[in-house]
This record gives sequence, structure tokens and C-alpha cells, in this order.
Amino acid sequence: MRGAALWRAGGLVVLLAAAAVIPLAKNVTVTHVGVFVLLYVGAAVAWNIFSGFTGYISLGAAVFFGTGVYTVALMSKHLNLAGGIVFALYPLAGLVAAVVAVPFGLVALRVRRHTFVVVTIAVFFIFQLMASNFSWTGATTGIFPPFLNWDPATFDMPFYYTALIIAIASAVLAWAIWGSRFGLQLRAIRDDEDRARGLGVKTMRAKLTAFVISGFITGMLGGLYFYFQSEALPQYAFNPFFDLTIALMAFLGGFGTLSGPIFGALLLEPYLGYAQFQVSNAYVAEGVLGALFLVVIILLPRGILPTAGEKLTALRASRQRRAAARGIGPPPGAPAGAAPAGSAAGPTARSAP
Amino acid sequence: MTALLRTDGVSKSFGGVHALSDCSIEVARGSIAGLIGPNGSGKTTLFNMITGYGQVDSGDVYLDDAKITNLAPDRVFALGIGRTFQLTRVFSRLTVMENMIVAAHYKERSGERGGWLRNPFARAGGAATRQRAMELLEFTGIAKLAGDRAETLSYGQRKLLELSYVLIADPEIILLDEPAGGVNPTLIGTISERIRELNRQGTTFLIVEHNMEFVMGLCDRVTVLDNGTPVVSGAPDVIRNDHRVLDAYLGTAEEDDDSSAA
Repeated sequence: MRGAALWRAGGLVVLLAAAAVIPLAKNVTVTHVGVFVLLYVGAAVAWNIFSGFTGYISLGAAVFFGTGVYTVALMSKHLNLAGGIVFALYPLAGLVAAVVAVPFGLVALRVRRHTFVVVTIAVFFIFQLMASNFSWTGATTGIFPPFLNWDPATFDMPFYYTALIIAIASAVLAWAIWGSRFGLQLRAIRDDEDRARGLGVKTMRAKLTAFVISGFITGMLGGLYFYFQSEALPQYAFNPFFDLTIALMAFLGGFGTLSGPIFGALLLEPYLGYAQFQVSNAYVAEGVLGALFLVVIILLPRGILPTAGEKLTALRASRQRRAAARGIGPPPGAPAGAAPAGSAAGPTARSAP
Repeated sequence: MTALLRTDGVSKSFGGVHALSDCSIEVARGSIAGLIGPNGSGKTTLFNMITGYGQVDSGDVYLDDAKITNLAPDRVFALGIGRTFQLTRVFSRLTVMENMIVAAHYKERSGERGGWLRNPFARAGGAATRQRAMELLEFTGIAKLAGDRAETLSYGQRKLLELSYVLIADPEIILLDEPAGGVNPTLIGTISERIRELNRQGTTFLIVEHNMEFVMGLCDRVTVLDNGTPVVSGAPDVIRNDHRVLDAYLGTAEEDDDSSAA
């Protein structure tokens, strides 16, 4: 157990160190893709705080993202904001998205399972339609920010580091929620919502709170996107592909686990970013993505991390069994002639009483 | 004796089916009451109506003479009515201890101020809660499983877990839906012993059960439900010899004649 924790901590340190130094290579393409990777890590973690913990699959995260994009876009348009101040707008974008999440959640969270999924998609399309039809959102021509006269060679760096901060903060928040009373209530809702209610859990309040937190983070990331991509267009701010991608990332890494969505995003987004630049035909890239999704659903329905973890445990157990059978390395503390059957049952006894 | 829990003329229909019609029962404080009747006689529906898992069409439910009709399940639980389900419902991907802590939240919360804005990131389950949970798990005999995921428990162990996590909130009355159903004889003995001990400490019980030996041996008073209406209520000895009970379970003698003639 201690070994596993050590490995995990070590992996985390390496990951963070790598994330921190990547932009220093001054490779514009790598940094640019890196911002997208971090953006998706944050969005997948935010999605997981609500959908992964409660089991309510939302395909409406782009509502929050787009709301964040347009919040910052409208501010910049009317106040003509440029320079460092743009980074101060992210929390505001998150706040507006969180406010949107309240009525959205109050409506959508009344229904469950497939109905909930459909309602989130419906709300998503309402927002996309609004963005592409209202004159104050710039309709289909969208909104473009004032020119930022930053050095093109390092243009992406501030976005990279703010995205990194948001991603890390979201992951820490997700971790804090997981072990908290609130997180336990969310996970109880995932397993049996009615039973949780019957044990005094205020289920609607818990679900809505998680939904709002998830919306806040996703909205901030939308705010970041506007100046980073220098555009607010309805089809990209409210992008159905965004919804599907973050859900896929979470499923790929491990649905309802803490590190699964991070892992999934780190694995998938570099490919998507690479495909955008390198694969001439976008449909090929999406076709590969679709095929990958099918493979995951068929072979690893619970995601890579949980399945791999199980395989590893099973492998370790069988190795111990074999070692015990051969009489090599009896478990510490066991007498030399300990019955092999007893020691073999040891590692598995807890999981299969 | 005063009635701790009382239903007054409760009716409930699902489409054209009258699951409960004018159903009035009383459970005296400090007693162990039994509720029996054939399948489909409305026992579980009555439990659902009392605990907020459904809305009554008419009639009222009282706890300690306060009306609790149609309150939401979390409110009913907070007022002191705990229940278990016929098909056990535990949180399968949480550990046994975590299951206990979920149920303890109400109790923890009631001791604090603040409500919504109270520290939401407080670690789940304080030391006192965990200790109390452990005591209860010892009491029901599944303490050694505290760290295991609930999905790995056997059916009987889940029944015990359900009983344990209802107990952690110190309810005044516990509604048990078939606590002995599908459980091995030894465990049935354990369960009935525990119920008796809790009852001595002051907890009131209302038990739905098909195992007659279990009900008759445990309950002070038994009510027989047939077609959503109580037909008779009394001490186990009285119920055992009442012809209406046999009628409810087996159909009336005339009906038997009719069916054999047909």
C-alpha cells in the first residue's frame, strides 16, 4: 500500500514538473496544444465533480463553457479590454456560468438517467441557438477581441500557466470534495439516490451544488478560451464536440474515479491537437476517435485506470500464490511450513468473502 | 398506551388498483408491531406512504400526533422514522463504514449551526461518528467488514448493514420490510435477538414479515392486511387462531369450493 502511494506521489511530481517546464521549450505548437490539453484536463475534472460523482451524465458542459466565452467576449467588446486585465475576467466568467447552472440544474436535475442526458442536450442547443441568433452576441459572425500586441513567440505562455493553475486547483478541489461529507453524499446519490434521501441526504441540494461548482470551473475555462483563440463563435463556444470529448475522456480514464478524467484528457487531447495540425482530413481524426471510443466501451467499459488497477492486483495476487506454492518467499511472519492454501487466500479474501 | 405512529384512513391507488383503501393502523410507543398479509395486500405500499416514498391519495399519517403526511423521505427520516427495504438497498460502491457515515450526516448536522454554509469540505465522519458506527457494526456483527465495499457483502450481511445504518441516526421507530426474508436461520435468530435488545432500550418497531415464526415470536401486536385494509389486529395468539387471517391468506372456504367445482 505504501509503495503504491509512493508511486502515485512520484508520478504526480513528474507530471507537474513536466507540465511546468513544457512552455520553456519555446515551441509555439507544443505550447498551443498544451493549453488545449490543460483546458480539457480542467473541463474533464469539472465534469467529473458532477457527473462522475453523482452518476448523472451531463452532455451540457458546453453551456457553461460557452457562457464563459461570451461573458468575457461581451466584457471585452463593451469595455475594450486588453492587456493583463483579461486574466482577471476568468472568475467573472465562472461566476456567470455558475449563475446559469442554477436554473439549468433546477430544471434538468428533476429527471434522471437518459432523460437527464436528453434534457442537458436540449438546453445546450437552446444556448447555441441563442448565441447564433441574438444580435448582442454578434450572431453567426461572433465577437473578436481587441488586438493583443504580445510577442507571438510567447503569446500562449500566460494562457498556458493560467490553464495549468485552473486545472491543478480543480483537481485539488475534486480531491477535497471526494473525501468530504458532501462528496460522500454525491457518491451515495450515484449508488441509490432514493435510499440516500431516505437517510436524510438533501439530494437536490447536493446535486445542484456539484452542478454549480462544475459550471463555475468550466465557465472560467471558457473565459480563458476567448482571448486565447481570439474568437467567440457560436459553433465553437457552444460546441457539441466539447461535451462528447470530455465525457469520452472521463470514460476512457475511468468514470467516477479521481484521476481517471485527468488521465483520459492527457491521453486524448494531445492526439486531438496533433490530428488537428497533422491529419489533413479532419474526418479521419474523428473516425479514429470514434473507433477508440468503441474499443474502450467494449474492452474497458469502466475505463483504463480501474481495469488496469484490477489486472495489476490480480497479477500480484497470482504471483504471490505461485511464489507461495513454490515455497519461495512465504509471507512475512508466516511460519516456514505455512499451508499454501491459507496464504494464497490472503490477498483475495477481502474482495471476495 | 399512546400511539407513536398512526395512519388514519390512508388510501392509495396505482391506476385502477387500490393498493391501500381506508387503512388505519396504530403502533404503540415502545412496542414491536407486526404487519402481515398476503402478497399484494399493501404492506410495502403502506411503508412507502409513511416514509415519504409516495404520496397518499387521502388520509393522514401521524408521528406522535404530529401530522407527517406526504413529507419528503429526508424530512421523515429527520423526524425519527428509519426504515429498511425488502430488497436491500445499500450504497454498493461505498465501503460499509462509508455507508454508515452517509446515514450519520443528519445526526452530525443537527448538532451544528450554519446549515448550507457550514464547511462543506469537512472530512466525512468525525471520530465520534466513526466510533459510534463501529459500535453499531459490532452490535450487528459485521464490524470486520467495515473497510469492504458494500457490493461484496452477502444478502444477509446487507440486511444487517441496512439495520446498522438506520440505527446510527437513533430513530424513535424503525420500519423493517421483511428483515428475515432470504436470510439463513442462524442469522434470523441474530436479527430477532438484536431487535428485542433495541426494543428493550426503547426503540419502537413496525415489522413486515412473511416468516410467521419470526413475527409471532417477536411482536406484541400483529395487524393483518388484506386488499389494502386491516382486517384484524391483536396479540399473536389471537391472530394465530383468527379465521379471518386464514381467509386472507388462503381465500374463503366458499371460494375454495367454487374453484374446485369449476
